[in-house]
Order: sequence, then structure tokens, then C-alpha cells
Amino acid sequence: MRAHRRRVVAVAVALALGAGSAAADVKIAFIDPLSGGGASTGILAQKTHQFYIDAINAAGGINGEKIELLSYDNKVNPQESLIQLKKALDEGARYLVQGNGSAVALALTDAVQKYNERNPGKEVLYLNYAAIDPALTNDKCSFWHFRFDADADMKMAAMTSAIAGDKKTQKVYLINQDYSFGKAVAAAAQKMLAEKRPDIKIVGDELHPLQKVQDFSPYVAKIKASGADTVITGNWGNDMVLLIKAGRDAGLKVNWDTYYGGTPGTVSAVREAGVDTLKQVSEWHKNAQPDLDTTVAAFDKRFPGAENEYAYWRAKTMWEMFAAAAKKAQSNDPAKVARALEGMKMSTPLGDVEMRADNHQLLQPLYVSTLEKGQKYDAEGTGLGWRTDTKVDGKATALPTTCKMERPK
Amino acid sequence: MTDAGVAAPSLGGRTTHAHGARDRRVWLAVAVLVVVLPHAPGLTTDFGRSLLTQMGIAIVFALSYNVLFGETGLLSFGHAVYFGLGGYAAIHCMRAINHGLPLPMPFVPLAGAAGGLVCGLAFGALTTRRAGTIFALISLGVGELVYAATFLLPGLFGGEEGITASRTRALALPGLDLGSQLQVYYVVAAWALVSAAAMRAFTRTPVGRLCNAVRDNPERVQFVGYDPQRIRFIAFAVAGLFAGVAGGLHALNYEIVAADAVGAQRSGSVLVMAYMGGTGSFAGPVVGAIVLTWLETSLSAYTSAWLLYVGLIFIAIILFAPAGLWGIVAMHAPILHTRALRRVLARYAVALLPGAIMVAGAAALIEMSYRLSTQRELGSVVKLGPLALDASTPVPWIAGAAMLVGGLVLLRISARFVAVAWQAATLEARGGGAP
Amino acid sequence: MLELATISLLNGIVYGLLLFMLSSGLTLIFSMMGVLNFAHASLFMLGAYCSWQLGRWVGFWPAILLAPLLCGLIGAAIERYGLRRVHGRGHVAEILFTFGLAYIIEEVVTMIWGRNAVANGVPSAIDFPLFTVFGTQFPAYKGLMMAISVAMFVFLYLMLQRTRIGLVIRGALTHPRMVAALGHDVPGVFVLVFAIGSALAGLAGVIGGFMLLTQPTLAHVVGPIVFVIVVLGGLGSLAGALIASMLIGILQTFAVAIDYSLLDALRALGIAVTRGSPWYDVAAIKVATAAPMIPYLLLVLMLIVRPRGLLGTRDA
Repeated sequence: MRAHRRRVVAVAVALALGAGSAAADVKIAFIDPLSGGGASTGILAQKTHQFYIDAINAAGGINGEKIELLSYDNKVNPQESLIQLKKALDEGARYLVQGNGSAVALALTDAVQKYNERNPGKEVLYLNYAAIDPALTNDKCSFWHFRFDADADMKMAAMTSAIAGDKKTQKVYLINQDYSFGKAVAAAAQKMLAEKRPDIKIVGDELHPLQKVQDFSPYVAKIKASGADTVITGNWGNDMVLLIKAGRDAGLKVNWDTYYGGTPGTVSAVREAGVDTLKQVSEWHKNAQPDLDTTVAAFDKRFPGAENEYAYWRAKTMWEMFAAAAKKAQSNDPAKVARALEGMKMSTPLGDVEMRADNHQLLQPLYVSTLEKGQKYDAEGTGLGWRTDTKVDGKATALPTTCKMERPK
Repeated sequence: MTDAGVAAPSLGGRTTHAHGARDRRVWLAVAVLVVVLPHAPGLTTDFGRSLLTQMGIAIVFALSYNVLFGETGLLSFGHAVYFGLGGYAAIHCMRAINHGLPLPMPFVPLAGAAGGLVCGLAFGALTTRRAGTIFALISLGVGELVYAATFLLPGLFGGEEGITASRTRALALPGLDLGSQLQVYYVVAAWALVSAAAMRAFTRTPVGRLCNAVRDNPERVQFVGYDPQRIRFIAFAVAGLFAGVAGGLHALNYEIVAADAVGAQRSGSVLVMAYMGGTGSFAGPVVGAIVLTWLETSLSAYTSAWLLYVGLIFIAIILFAPAGLWGIVAMHAPILHTRALRRVLARYAVALLPGAIMVAGAAALIEMSYRLSTQRELGSVVKLGPLALDASTPVPWIAGAAMLVGGLVLLRISARFVAVAWQAATLEARGGGAP
Repeated sequence: MLELATISLLNGIVYGLLLFMLSSGLTLIFSMMGVLNFAHASLFMLGAYCSWQLGRWVGFWPAILLAPLLCGLIGAAIERYGLRRVHGRGHVAEILFTFGLAYIIEEVVTMIWGRNAVANGVPSAIDFPLFTVFGTQFPAYKGLMMAISVAMFVFLYLMLQRTRIGLVIRGALTHPRMVAALGHDVPGVFVLVFAIGSALAGLAGVIGGFMLLTQPTLAHVVGPIVFVIVVLGGLGSLAGALIASMLIGILQTFAVAIDYSLLDALRALGIAVTRGSPWYDVAAIKVATAAPMIPYLLLVLMLIVRPRGLLGTRDA
């Protein structure tokens, strides 16, 4: 019978794939964009995480077990992320690492929370290394979510403090991506500028589609027409590169205050036009220390090329804390590791860091830096490098929180 | 606009009574299989059950697409619109249930069906005036339009974040709280069976037969006294309704619906599913949905080149087997009872070897290239089954190229032998199976 | 205001000419052969990658000649060994073939060059400002792009209207059997047309590659808009494609500059819409946010109202 035959084929095929692997490895799922507009940051992050996991495995793993990183491409898409999450969970992942895209992060926190409620004893822990919508450690906080990057508000606080001291800034234009994170940046900028420099006029508040705009010249024309002398943007990935490229093409003379001016490709796109004008807020940059950290040098040696330039210092902090937490908990079970992570303090080459127990936000030093000539280490082979303007101590970056975390018993 | 690229459905030459009895047995067998499948060895994990659930959703979606394409001849590049809009309707319904609406969760796909139907009626009225290439272009335009529009109404569509809901926070039904994947599978399977039976019944109604007529010769239909546009409109609405059901099942399974539910990629994927399986029969899209879902979930775990393999299979089917995978299987029906069948099968076995060599050579080249260009950090040694190929040395490349070319040449030669055996078998079948 | 309008007009013309460059080849193929070539944007992407790779080996200026040539050859091969088999099976089979081809080309590009964008920057020879208007620089590469686009139009027009081969092509469009009976090689003409169309896509890719980002998803980004242009402009009409490109380019660029919404317009008329009203969300949409929707809205309207397009000579 036709119908029988087709179902028998289905069963045979399903048997052929076998059940999920039963090895004793700790499986960690990495769900981030590996193609499309966020590919440059996602692929670099994947290599960085793999690099640190290899180091942990080489040192014996965690509690005797090796870590296996399973990568899934989500194309910065919340729906696709949940599909990939299901796949990852089905394949036995107990930890989830993600960072590119707060829309994705919000969907994942929600999904992880639901899964953990429905599957007690098989909980999954979510390590967020880059999604910085403040809601994730405030209204939408969750016990199963830990964030290892300063949130958008914390970074804006550092950025606006730097702007506050600059008398030449009079007119500011905000341009961001139209989703939760971009809107959070815009809102924070409006609020904090009003507090610190009420004399500054905000001449534009633009939201553009996420990772879809190919030609930013119309937006640059608007910025020019508004007479702004400073642009604040949270753009990342292709959006950052294309925006700065359009600005350079049009000869736009503004200060670029960015979150992700270090996105691979940005410095190559802006070149000399960015000297003294391109600034970023980050937890590290290549000239933050007088000498390059050994892991950074090792990474750049293993992954040569401008698109592979080391950028995720917070990954180093995250994996070191993770390994330390597993050691402290003497278990690889996510619930125990989570408890060990809460409140953990660690000392790093850049300063002390602390994982807040009340909202699972990491407090780490922040740098505001500008692109300059003649720095010891340059970016992307352009001869231009970052120079620290101000450094904010980890503890000073803390902001009040509205998180009311429900803790499991 | 007639199209010679789509094979006509096989109706068989049996009487209606025999047809009905046989059908009932088939459906009963399928129902039993569906109930038993998640307990089969190898499918008892969450992975296996998730896979079956996805296949169920894909089957409904692909069947709904075939109502448009296979039955009525309307090639649509924007069918995901009805899937997605139905999904949005369903997820809002789920949200309402989370906030107290006393509707049991398994009935949520009804909201999906309603959403799909309403949108099918609305867009269908505008777009079914034409058939053929114009219709295809309109469907493409509507798809892009709706996709762009979903970002403009964040209250309704959630913007980049999409809309989420919970499938467990509802009226407590005894034993059915949809917390486990197994329960979700049974709900999806039930809906899939009902939808498939309904669509099958639709093809048997006079309207369904008229759809086939409109596909084959719209001018003649007009002369006979029916309005082709009306009939296309009805088909469009029916297709939209069942696409909405699929969207509702999707909302239940993933608990999120976002803009890419209406996107061009999803429209493309259902097209590939239906065509790969074979648009000329009812079972074709089912086969296509199962195969493509399996490739998407399982093959992607083994190789990052899986989309290329899917594309190559798709092109091969267009060029050499337009009746699809099921068409290839069904093609053997007439020669099943001939003696020459044995020779045909023997010739298949002979052609299998060069075919396998060619595929292995191609796979080696493809996998090595992908490793070097996309995953350099994993090193240059690629594992292909039991072999380890070092992509940084010339030997595997030369060997792979040689296998590809050699296998292709030998395959073409052995294909001729297969053709000869087929000819003999067909002659015998037509001759009545005489010894 | 004047500054913004002038710059927007300039940007709009640049964008429109880029769109024309992209779609001129498809207009040719669609008009002459009736094939809706889904792989056209993929050939554009292939042109971008080839010109980058060739540029690294032999320099930019030789690459600008070699890359379109390569794409033309690939197009000829596609038509000769692939499309030719499905011509007889109707337009649907042809469309599906090119659809599958688009998938394959994207994956082949990933296989060779990876998923990340390649460092396809503006070549230093054309990386300088051509002139300055209202304090905004106009880069030279945009000028080059405009020149190439206009040259494409002139070339195609002259080829189709003034040369013998153009006459044969136009004849083979509507009366292929008659043209074949007269002794012309109609299948060969099809190969030539497909090759020229692909070469044009490749040439567009050379410039488009460094104007946009050269990544495997480039075809997805520009693909849909190309169809809009071809259909809007009219099947069989080159001038129509040019007008449609300019229309969409200018409309979309100006739309981005308009931060007003229906709500503002109503407010100016004295009508207030409250936040609780169901129409509030729709009325509050700014024109700038709705800009991506404009080409598809025009497409759908045109297909419903006048399927032959603005200047089309026949229906599809």
C-alpha cells in the first residue's frame, strides 16, 4: 500500500539517524548569526568561544568532563533561534551561549524559562555575552540568565559622562536599529543627556530596519541637514559598517559615539576620516594594556586576518568565571553552577569584576576610546588604533535594578 | 495557461466503490502508524519526537500549497503569508488563553485556520484574476509587501521580537497540558490527519475537479460555463485556510511567531517541498515534506553544505524527474507485475555503483571546500564517513575530482542499459504480462 | 530644506541608476525569452565576487572587463546545458529551474569564499570626491556607476534597435518558428541573449560589490527589487525599466527623509486620533519607516491594475 510504504521509509530513515549522542561531554550550544548581516560578529564570536573552550579542555576540562561546542545559525532571528534551541536541547545541550541581538535574547530567556519549568532536573543555563537590552537584567530578568556584558544603560552612562565634559558638543543626532536594543539606546541617550547636559539639543532620533539597509546615504543626508556635530549610535554588524561608510563617502564631519565601532570592518571602512572622531564604549580594546594579553596574541596567531581580529574580551572573563564556578560547585549541573556564579568576584588583568547576585549582571571596567594614529597596536591593518579616553571602574558602572528574580528552591 | 511541466494526477482505473474501500484501509493504516510512531525505537527521544512534529506541520503546509500548485496550476512564491498570518492569529489566541480565555489549547489551530482563510479571501480577491507568470509575480510582491508590513505594526506583529505565548498556561485538560513534546506531537498529528483527509476530500468534490480543469484548460472551462477566476479564488481560500492551520500548529510547537513566518525563505521552502515530492499526486507533497524536513534537521547536523545538496537534488528533479520523488516511485506501478522487473532492478544495482562513486566524489570536494572556507578553525581534516580527508593536501582533491568525472561517465553508460531494460518492461506491461 | 531635497534627489538618482544596472539584464532576458530568471541577482553577486577575486590578481580595471565576461560565459552555459532542457516544458518549469539555480549559486559562493563579507572596498583609483554640493561630497565611484549605467542603456538600445542581431532577437521573441524557418539559429540566439543578460548582471556586480557589502546574502537583498523594476517598467520595454528604476530610487530615498506620518497630516487638518483608537497604530506609521514597503506596494498595484507595466508592449 502506498501509504504504508511511505511511512515505513520514514521510520527506517529515522532509525538511521540514531538517538542523540550519549557521551559524557558537557554540550554547550552556541546560537548566533553565522550568515547574513550579523555574520561578521557571529563568526568571530564563535571562534573566540571555541578558542577559550579549547583552552579549558586542554587544562583538563571542567570536573573531568570535556566541553563540546555545538554551533547553530539563527540569522539574528528570534523564531529561528527558538527552532535552533529546540534542536540544541534535543541534542543534549545543557548550556546556551548567545549574544548578537537582544530580540533573540528576549525570546531565548522566555523559552529557557518555560523549558526549565516544564523539565525540572534537566534545566538549561543561558550565558549571554553580548545582548545588552537593559530589560534582561531588570523587568525580564531570570535566574537562568547571566549577562557578561555591560548593559546599554551602563554603557550610555559611561558615554554620556565623556560627552558631558566636552563643551564642543552642542547638537546630537541619534540613529539606531529599530528593535528593543536600538530603542533602549535611544531612550537612555535622551534621558542621560537631559540629566548631564540639558543644554545639548537632540536634533534627530532615527530608527532604521535591522540589518536590511544597504545604502545609508539618505540617513547621512538627514544627519547633515540637521546640523548635528555628534552622532550616537548602537548599530552593530553590517549596519555599523555601512553607516560609517556612507558617512565617509559623503564627507560627513561629526563625532561618531558608538557602542560597536569595533565591529569587524568598521575601521577599514572609515580609515583616516575616523581619526579623532570615531569613539566606542567597550570592555577592552587592543591598547587598553601596555602589552597585549597572551591569550589575545595567541588568538590572533591562530586566526590571522582582519576579519578575525580579537574583539571579545568579555568571552575570556565569561569562560574563566564559568570554569571557576563549575570548580566551586564541584558539579557541571547548570543549577549548581548558577548558584556558584551568583556573587562571584574575580580579578582580571583589567581590573576586578563581580557577577551581581540580584540581577545576574556582570560589573566590569569600561573604556571610552577614540581612534587615533600612532598607537602601539593598530586595528585591521589600517595603521590606526584605539586610545583610551576614560576608564570607568567596574563597581562604578552599577545601576539600580528593578529585577525581582524568582529563585528555584 | 497550460503547463506541461506538471504531471496529471493518477486517478487509477478502479470503480468508486473499490476506491473508497481501499482508501479507508489506507487512512486507517496511516492513523495507526501515526499513533505508534513516537514509540518506535530511535524516535523516543525529544529529538525524534520534535522531528515528527515538524514533519507533521510541514505535511499540512505542503499539502495546502499543492491545492494551489498541483491541483489548480497556480505557482505561488508567497504562500508563507497565509502560514504566517494564520500563525499570528493563533499566537494571539494563545495569549488570550494565557489571560483567561476558556478555550482548550489544542483548538488553537482553529484560530490559525480562521486567520489563513480571512487573509486568503482578502488577498485572493485581488490576486487570482490572473494565472501563470503574472500570478507568480503578484504572489512574490504580496509576500514581500506583507513581510515589510509586519515591521510597521508592532502591536499586532511584535516587530523584530515577534509575539510569544505559553502553551501550558491554559484551562487544565485532564492529562493534556502540552508540556511534553509527545503531547504536542499527538495534537499536531491529529490536526495533520484531519487536514490531510479534508484536503483529500476537497480534491474529490466537483469544485476540486474543476480546479484540475482550470489548471489544464481554463478556456474550455469557460466554454463549459464556469468562471475560472471564481474557481481559482475558491482554491486560494482553501489553500490559505490549511496554510493557516499549519501556522497555528507552528505557533503551538514553538510558542513564538515572528516576521520570518511570512518571509520569502519559508515560501521558497514549501515550494521546494511540494515540488521535490511531486506535485502530480496527493502523496507527493507528503513525501517532499518528510524528506526536506529530515534533510533540514538531520543533515544540517552532519554537514554545513546541506543546503547545496538540497539545491542539487532540486535541480536534478527539475531536469530529470519532473514528477518528483513520489513520481519516481509511482512510475514503477505499471511494471510491478512483469517479469522484466527483475532485470530492471538488476540494472539499477549496476547503475548504483557509478552513481555512488560520483556522489562520494562530489561530496568529498564539497565538504573539503566548505571546511576551508567556513570552518577553518576546526582544522583541515574532514571526516567523510570512515575516511579522514586532509584538505590541505592535493591527493583528496584529485581523487574526488576523478571519482566525480569517472562516476558521471560510467553512470551515463549504465543509464543506457537501464533504459533498455525499462523499455522491455514497459512493452511487457502493455502486452498484458505474457510470459 | 533645499539642501536635503537636493541631496536626496542626487542620492535617489544614484540609487535608481544602480537599480537599472541591476535590472537591465533581466529586462532583456525576460522580454526576449519570457524567462523569469530568479538567478539574475545571483549572477550579480557572482560578478561582485569575481571582480573582487580577479581584482586581487590582476587589478581593478582589467577585472571590470573580465568579470562580466566570466558571468556571460556562465550564463551561456546555464542556458545551453540547463535551461534549454526545460524550455519545452513551459514557463513554470523555467522559473523553478532558475529558482533552484539561485540556491545553488549562493551555496557555491559560500563554498568558495565563506559566509563572511569579503573585504571588497572601493578601489583606490576611484576613491576620491568628485564634487561637493551643499557641503556633502559626491564620491567618484558613484559617478562611475552612473556612467556605466547610462552606457548600458545606450548599448542595449542601440543593439536592439539598430543592429541586425537585435532585429533577429526581437523577431525570435514573438515569432520564433518563423525566424527559425528563415534560417536563423533561434536556440543560439537564446544563448546569446542569456549570455548578454548575465554579463550585464556581472558588470552591475562589479560596481555594486563595493557599493554594497559583498556577502553570500547579497542576492537575497537585491533580488526582489529587481523583479519589481522589470514588472513595473513593463515587459519588453527598456525605457520602461529605466523609468521604473528612477521612480523607485527617488521615491524611496525621499521617503526616508520624511519623518511625518498620517497622524501628523490629520493633526494639521485639525483631526485628532486618540491613542486608544485601533487606527492609531496604523496612522502613527512614519513615512520613513514605511519606505521599504513602497516598491512592493507599487508592484502589486501595477499587476492588478495594468499588468503590462508602464511602457510594456505585451502582457507576460
